[in-house]
Amino acid sequence: MTNTDVRANNKIVLRGRKVVGGVAEGEALVTNDTISGWGGINEREGTVIERRHELRGVSFKDKILVFPGAKGSSGYSAYFHMTRLNGVNPKAMLFPKMTTKAALGAVVTHAPSMTDFDQDPLKVIETGDWVRVDADNGIVEITKKAAR
Amino acid sequence: MKLTEAEKAMYDGQQGPAKQKAMDLLMRYGEALGAERLVEVNNVAGAFNASTPSVRELVKKGFDAVFSELNLDSQEVVKIPHMAVNTCQLITGIDNDNWRIQGIPEDLAEQQKNAEKHFGALGINMFATCTPYQVGNVPVKGEHCAWMESSAVIYCNGVLGARTNTEGKESTGAAALTGRIPYWGYHIPENRRGTHLVEVDIDVNDIMDYGLLGYWMGEIVQEDVPVLTGKIRNPSLIKLKHFGAAAASSGGVEMYHIPGITPEARDVEEAFSGRKMVEKLRYGPAERKLAYDRLNCADNRDVDFVMLGCPHNAIEQVARIALQLEGKKLSSKTQMWVHTPRALREVAERNGYVKMINDAGGVVMSDTCPAISRYAPKGTKVIATDSAKQAHYLPAILNLPVWFGTVEECVEAGLTGNWNGGLK
Repeated sequence: MTNTDVRANNKIVLRGRKVVGGVAEGEALVTNDTISGWGGINEREGTVIERRHELRGVSFKDKILVFPGAKGSSGYSAYFHMTRLNGVNPKAMLFPKMTTKAALGAVVTHAPSMTDFDQDPLKVIETGDWVRVDADNGIVEITKKAAR
Repeated sequence: MKLTEAEKAMYDGQQGPAKQKAMDLLMRYGEALGAERLVEVNNVAGAFNASTPSVRELVKKGFDAVFSELNLDSQEVVKIPHMAVNTCQLITGIDNDNWRIQGIPEDLAEQQKNAEKHFGALGINMFATCTPYQVGNVPVKGEHCAWMESSAVIYCNGVLGARTNTEGKESTGAAALTGRIPYWGYHIPENRRGTHLVEVDIDVNDIMDYGLLGYWMGEIVQEDVPVLTGKIRNPSLIKLKHFGAAAASSGGVEMYHIPGITPEARDVEEAFSGRKMVEKLRYGPAERKLAYDRLNCADNRDVDFVMLGCPHNAIEQVARIALQLEGKKLSSKTQMWVHTPRALREVAERNGYVKMINDAGGVVMSDTCPAISRYAPKGTKVIATDSAKQAHYLPAILNLPVWFGTVEECVEAGLTGNWNGGLK
């Protein structure tokens, strides 16, 4: 990636591996903290509730959630599953660290998801950037908020 | 993913729609992980009960609908047959006997009992505890399992040397019907080797200190595999249960070695077996204090609720609490719940421990805990607990401050209504 590439179409492109197929776009919500499902999110509101979490009180509903990966309880998938049933799930998930929790959580949320990126999405994407996730083709397009 | 003939038959629907949906989920899950195949499992521990308010609407459509959506991620309702392999229910949200004391609405308590009747007959054994290994489900070294419950998973891998990833509600549902789970992560021997060396420089001997060590370590190593050496004194089921639960709360630790103690490492060299060490960590007084301060978020010393038994208490722990309470009365301002698996509660009754605790004003509960049920005694403002895991989760789940300390400090707080604990 060079500056020229970015200026040419005002977009940054990341490549990665599909976790859950599909296409989604929206505003990014980025955290460097791993996320717990059970005990870490409110499944009725789609908010992070963990004490000492940098997103505490923030909603991920309809956001492109960019986070390192999952942690904590095995209730992770069940809680993200319920965010879908309650209509407050993230639109897409991008996470570099693969675990069973993160994989199953993404699968049952039915949200396009990716991992194994050629660049670290936590360094490239900032909260407020516009992100298009094409998980089927393994492509993430980022429009920086400054350019929006 | 490569499937065997038997797996293909299930995936194609030759064994009925439930197994087909189960295989469909396992395929989606396995591909998400990047797994190449499935592995046979004959030991599943999952969450099948319908004990939360969120499932009320689904229950109206019947228990097949509950299992289809929540345990198979199938929006189509399929008829659920008998479980194909040994399967047990982990902790639930409701104590079947003490639900009124918990504050659970009657319809929800009924809903759980109806669900148990239905799923019990389908072969889901109702252990109803976060510690199946305390009540008879003790897998052997090398046995492939599909377990949920992070504190049980780390015990299963680390202490028993059996093999499981941290599974979820949906993957355990699929595993129970097919006897399969993705061959990934901790099913693969190389992934079980150490990544971090943790040198323990101070004596770690009681339950609280095992919890503090686990809590500090988990936050640093996250989901990696620590190898612990040094002053780890007198390890036991109870202490390693607390250590693992703490490490799986602050981080996502699912596997660890204590060379000479745990079954897959006779020494440090075998614990790493050629895998590159990522980092060497030291645990001393400063690290201990850091973990302690992070777990203690209360400032009001008036304690009105004492919670003991996360993970669920062993019989020795129930005895210890009962003997400290014997002949005394809890403060009129303070309630105490002591949690133990139902099978062990039976033993506690026979030993007279339940009576001792009841006579002092405490309650012995089974099947649940405050973090899972999201219920504490009505009006609770400040909690005291001996569990690092519960101290980690309760402030988020119940939005209440927590004191963390030794069992004795917690029982003392119950008797006086005041927190007098502190790091010694």
